[in-house]
Amino acid sequence: MVIKRVLSTVFITFWSVFVLMPILWALVTSFKPPEAVDFGATFLPFVDFTPTLLGWESIFGVGGGNINLVPALFNSIIVTFGGAAISLVLGTVSAYGLSRFAYKLGFIRNNDIVFFFVSQRIMPPIVLSFPFFLMLRDLGLLDTHLGLILVSIGGLMPIVVWLMVDFFNGIPRELDEMAMLEGYSPFEAFLRVILPLTAPGLTVAGMFAVIFGWNDFFYPLVLTFGQVVTLPLAIVALNATITPYWTLSAAAIFAILPLIIFAFAMERFLSKGSLSGAVR
Amino acid sequence: MALIGQNLNVAVDDVTYLEDVSFTFEPGRIYVLMGRTGAGKTSFMRAVSGLLPLDSGTLSFNDTDITHTPVWKRDCAMVYQQFINYPNKTVRQNVEFPLKKAGLTGAELTARVDSYLGKVGLLDYASRKPSQLSGGQQQRVALARSLARHSRILMLDEPLMNLDFKLREQLREEFLELFRGENESVTIYATTEITEAMMLGAEILVMHEGKILQSGKPDEVFERPKDKLVAQIVNDPPMSIIEAKIEGSNIVLASGTKLPRPAHFSSLGEGSYEFGIRAIDVEPASDAPDTESGKVGFVEVSGSETVLYVHTGAGEVVVQIEGIHDYHAGQKLAVKFRPERMFAFDGNGQLLESPKLGVK
Repeated sequence: MVIKRVLSTVFITFWSVFVLMPILWALVTSFKPPEAVDFGATFLPFVDFTPTLLGWESIFGVGGGNINLVPALFNSIIVTFGGAAISLVLGTVSAYGLSRFAYKLGFIRNNDIVFFFVSQRIMPPIVLSFPFFLMLRDLGLLDTHLGLILVSIGGLMPIVVWLMVDFFNGIPRELDEMAMLEGYSPFEAFLRVILPLTAPGLTVAGMFAVIFGWNDFFYPLVLTFGQVVTLPLAIVALNATITPYWTLSAAAIFAILPLIIFAFAMERFLSKGSLSGAVR
Repeated sequence: MALIGQNLNVAVDDVTYLEDVSFTFEPGRIYVLMGRTGAGKTSFMRAVSGLLPLDSGTLSFNDTDITHTPVWKRDCAMVYQQFINYPNKTVRQNVEFPLKKAGLTGAELTARVDSYLGKVGLLDYASRKPSQLSGGQQQRVALARSLARHSRILMLDEPLMNLDFKLREQLREEFLELFRGENESVTIYATTEITEAMMLGAEILVMHEGKILQSGKPDEVFERPKDKLVAQIVNDPPMSIIEAKIEGSNIVLASGTKLPRPAHFSSLGEGSYEFGIRAIDVEPASDAPDTESGKVGFVEVSGSETVLYVHTGAGEVVVQIEGIHDYHAGQKLAVKFRPERMFAFDGNGQLLESPKLGVK
């Protein structure tokens, strides 16, 4: 037992270092003055070098630079959270329907519909980019928030539906039935009895949706031209040959910071065992 | 003033759940659905509540057709075999939930909830979550939630099934007390156990494969089962069915053993019949001309009784004896029947004669 614990501790420690190192490196670099980067590697702030806010000031256009990531941040927030919220609502309702009611459409049954949703993610984005481009062009939605949100819903719905169908299937049907027997309509039963029980599932689905949406690079690249630039696009646009490392590092940290804050905020909803005591 | 079902039929993908089920249930009375697992008891309740759509047939309550009334407007309360409670609500919130929908508020709501939590003895547990309660307590929460509604139809689907023996005995008594107070509702209670049905003392409907085979008072069903099937369903341990002939003043078993022909079989003509005898009316005996010798196949001790399944020349015979006895499989054993307690069935399994009431 002791050996097992030691081994797992060693492994987890090693893995944590492995995962955190690049982030730590970027974080440290973002506070370095030019000479701390240019003349050999330095690691420890206040020991190896004197930290400066130069990198951070540069990404907000402070000090006369032509870089400002704030509009990109807002674009990313609007597109990501807009897309995630709509996907979450539509996906959850769809998943509940697919979990509780039997659909027949020719040879198509519930499982086929779920597979249809999931299959949307089997295709590489590049296959879909052309039809998406044409559709958004015809709708006049190229380079708009709404256009990007619509496209992102197409990518996020499958994840939400797939996760939530499984989650709803894990909730005993008897609970819906009981609520209906007790006078609540099917929609009220869903809203007042079943939905509160899915908080952990919704959290997971929501986090996936936000992470996927936030990191999406390809669709914004194809479907926007400069009006609606999201953070991943904005960072890539910082040409590495002329943009200093401290600025790049600060931009990278700046781009993942909202995700980290969001993940920590969501963590408390990921409680286990919220279903015990429903059915013995 | 009654809940009336006429020719209810439900079949899904060639599986028949209910076949031509008709009934008239009066408010303020208890009706017991009795049958083996899979007999259609649960389907019956689901059909009445509207959870299971009917293929044909009509349901009405107080002369109002409710065949197409949606579940949430039927005012049926149900206690499931599994203990169903809302896991994220406290005991109090669980009981409140249906009452709030019915429009109860404030002091009235609190009083109603308190009264029923008191009745099931859970007032001290009102702020706990169902998962923090034992199985028996969870089922009592479900019961309180259903009773407190004062719904016009109250259904209990084998509510004691998943509890251990002792708790079942105890809750059975409590349930009786609780139902007695419910004078307004049509109460439907499903069970596989005849003792439970007898204790409730209500009208029994014997079900098998989606059909109602026989209905009546417990002793009617128990003492005069319509046919072999009903006799087998309502007897636990099962009734032994043996083939034998009536010859003159004797019943001659397949093995040749002769039993005296009892008075209640006087009108039966000579020939072959199937005879049923309850396990308590067969006893182990020492070898004698009127006993049937055989071998013990299986021994079952339940509570304070020993049940033996004995292979004899006349067929398999079930014997129930008081107390715990040391019998073992493979042991030779002679059994003695009590002819005055035998049932006679014809070739189609229909009851011909049953023991005279009062003959013990």
